[in-house]
Amino acid sequence: MSRSSGKVADTTFSAIMLVCALSIFAIVLFILSILIARSKLSLHQFGWKFFTRSAWDPVAGDFGAFPFIFGTLATSLLALLMAVPLALGVAVFLTELCPQKLRSPISFITELLAAIPSVVYGLWAVFVLVPVMRDQLGPFLEKYFGWTHLFGGYNFGVGLLTASIILAIMILPIISSITRDIMLAVPISQREGVLALGATRWEMIRTGVLRNARIGIVGAIILGLGRALGETMAVTMVIGNHAEIPTSLFSPGYTLASVIANEFSEATGDVYLSALIEIGLALFLVTIVVNAIARALVWAVTRGAPARAH
Amino acid sequence: MSTNPLHTPPPLQDSAIARTPRDRSPRRTRLNHIRRHLWNRIVMGLAVLSTIIVIAPLVAILFYLIYKGASSLNLAFFTHIPAPVGEPGGGMANAILGSGIILGLASLMGIPVGIAAGVYLAEFGRGKLLGSAIRFTADVLNGVPSIVMGISIYSLIVMQQKHFSAFAGGVALAIMMVPTITRTTEEMLATVPHAIREAAYGLGVPKWRTVLSVTLKTASPGIITGCMLAFARVAGETAPLLFTAFGNQFWSFNMNEPIAALPLQIYIYAISPYDEWHRLAWAGSLVLIVMIMAAVTLVRIYANRGVLKGAS
Amino acid sequence: MGVGIDVQNLNAWYGSTHTLQDISLSIPANHATALIGPSGCGKSTFVRCLNRMHETNPIARATGVVKMGDVDIYEDANPVEIRRRVGMVFQRPNPFPTMSIYDNVASGLKLNGFRNKAILDETVERSLRAAALWDEVKDELKKKSGASLSGGQQQRMCIARALAVDPEVLLMDEPASALDPVSTSKIEDLIFELKRQYTIVIVTHNMQQAARVAENTGFFLNGKMVEFDSTHKIFTNPKDKRTEDYITGRFG
Repeated sequence: MSRSSGKVADTTFSAIMLVCALSIFAIVLFILSILIARSKLSLHQFGWKFFTRSAWDPVAGDFGAFPFIFGTLATSLLALLMAVPLALGVAVFLTELCPQKLRSPISFITELLAAIPSVVYGLWAVFVLVPVMRDQLGPFLEKYFGWTHLFGGYNFGVGLLTASIILAIMILPIISSITRDIMLAVPISQREGVLALGATRWEMIRTGVLRNARIGIVGAIILGLGRALGETMAVTMVIGNHAEIPTSLFSPGYTLASVIANEFSEATGDVYLSALIEIGLALFLVTIVVNAIARALVWAVTRGAPARAH
Repeated sequence: MSTNPLHTPPPLQDSAIARTPRDRSPRRTRLNHIRRHLWNRIVMGLAVLSTIIVIAPLVAILFYLIYKGASSLNLAFFTHIPAPVGEPGGGMANAILGSGIILGLASLMGIPVGIAAGVYLAEFGRGKLLGSAIRFTADVLNGVPSIVMGISIYSLIVMQQKHFSAFAGGVALAIMMVPTITRTTEEMLATVPHAIREAAYGLGVPKWRTVLSVTLKTASPGIITGCMLAFARVAGETAPLLFTAFGNQFWSFNMNEPIAALPLQIYIYAISPYDEWHRLAWAGSLVLIVMIMAAVTLVRIYANRGVLKGAS
Repeated sequence: MGVGIDVQNLNAWYGSTHTLQDISLSIPANHATALIGPSGCGKSTFVRCLNRMHETNPIARATGVVKMGDVDIYEDANPVEIRRRVGMVFQRPNPFPTMSIYDNVASGLKLNGFRNKAILDETVERSLRAAALWDEVKDELKKKSGASLSGGQQQRMCIARALAVDPEVLLMDEPASALDPVSTSKIEDLIFELKRQYTIVIVTHNMQQAARVAENTGFFLNGKMVEFDSTHKIFTNPKDKRTEDYITGRFG
């Protein structure tokens, strides 16, 4: 093979690879442009107030997405509240406490947890979690914690709290495994330095590991938040799908992703569809920003070591 | 320095080597120790407790699934399409086939592009700003909700064609596979020792040949594993198919028609009011979960073997 | 004042590797004792047995008696307390990067429950003076991070950090091997001062360093202690041929 044709082949090859790599940018740009294009109608009609108003009346053609924003934020933050302590506990256990033999099975189980599809979680939530919430957990909470005024109203099992619980279960594995990666990246010399001063095991973990890893752990938590914000199927199945701002943890609500899932195929009229697409656009932009921040934080701590495809 | 090794130099001026005053009574120090060790035990206990709490849902879900799904699984599930509402029996054969078709389409489109992008990042893009930007974007893209992909493809394809189709579903899943496969491919290629590439270059093999015949080949088990993971991940996705493939109660072999898919069918049946359909949903979930568990397990086995062989 | 360490029949393993074989020696109080020997001979493992750091490795094991004064550090005390009484300085300085210089030095004190600001201030200053670092950092104690100092300064800060918790013994595992000659000689001067109040055990690759700072020296080879005697004797008239070979550079 002559030198020049070898060069041509090389250049062609790298060009093809480059084009495929640029497809990643293309995908992002494509989604952005098409969502903007199709939501123009709604943007023109409602402007920015779209996200601060609380109307959702397809019949009258009046749309305001605030209840969905509230629902998304409320479920995500509640889920974080429940998942983060547990995820950190699991990460600490696996990296510092777990006997060598148990390490593999337990991390395997958390990987499995992460791989279960959303719709299966939803199925389980509908037929197991909802009845438990309705018949056991709900009345228990109302009886002992009713003074917080968080547990009023009717309890049909579906609603804010149920959705938050299933969300917490779903985001837990990703927070836990990234936290683990970050904790493992802390050098042994730091752990030994703390231990040599006469520290207990927990003090060593706290000062020698967690303190050094805290930026990355924040990143892991934000990644979990990003996942929670966009979670669709399981939440849709248990949140009650009611476009009003919930007054208690038992009330049904609605999230940005759920309203799209439920109403998109029935959307009659261009404005209706456009409003839903605008919601999709908002979801896209928010998750991009949240994920970018999270990845940047994690990258800062692990110094750009290739992240596992979570 | 003095030549006599044991000569002690005169004391430094400000020699302030004195000790921390022991102004704490022995009893207070003991209390402090007890407090610290107690705290230690408590936190370690909490860590164990949280692990148990985390394992519990999975065990509960799995057991319940197996319990509910196994009794509903029969041969008919795999060979029949759904029976009319109210009638017992039927299966999800069309959904399984439909999933197969959509996933096949998605893989055909997504895997080559993903691998090529990963090749670029690992072989041509190392250390370049463009490479880092693409890598970062791929990670961020992995976090975008799948329903956004669904409505984007709806707007692109379904609205133009004025009908749902298996093809649209395939495209939606393909664009989800690309970033995942890109990153795993890159990671796998990065583990190939540089010495192997250099050996090929030293023999006069051009770069493109080296990448294809040497580097990719060496990393191929890992790359295949990455593809399996991406496949398993999109196999369970429902949201992107809601408005693209849309679902179908009957057999369909046409790319241009709406088609059933397993997760989609499970969703539709789960929220329906019919017990018979609920039963089918459980059975379908079991099938889905078994498939995904198989993929995750295979990945683990490969990863362990790779570690044992040792990255040289 | 420092306290002496008495080691009897110490054996240590990493998994199935018998790293230390039947070591017995006596480390005198308020003296500096050097441990020399070729790489991998077990001197670091030995020193890590003295503050019970060896056992932090899950596959590590040790048997034998190590007495500090009349306390058997394995049977009569818990590791947390021993590690406070037996301080350690590592080969590569390991400052805590998320903490200021002040917080680094005070970290051991805070762990032990000292919260009083006056006591902390005083101890931090005293420790930094003892480590001959005070003048260089006194204006930036709380502003600069522990990791932003130079290598030699970091190591002296780590020494100050170890001293702040008032140990009786200070273990130094090749403390100057990662440093430049100026920092090295500063640390050697430090050891001269420190040994008045503490018992020092220093592991070193550098025989000249052992000859400069230590009254006694032990020569390790392949997990066994070949010879332990006054430094003067080891370097001028060693009893064992292997010691002589090592000293004269025939191996290692």
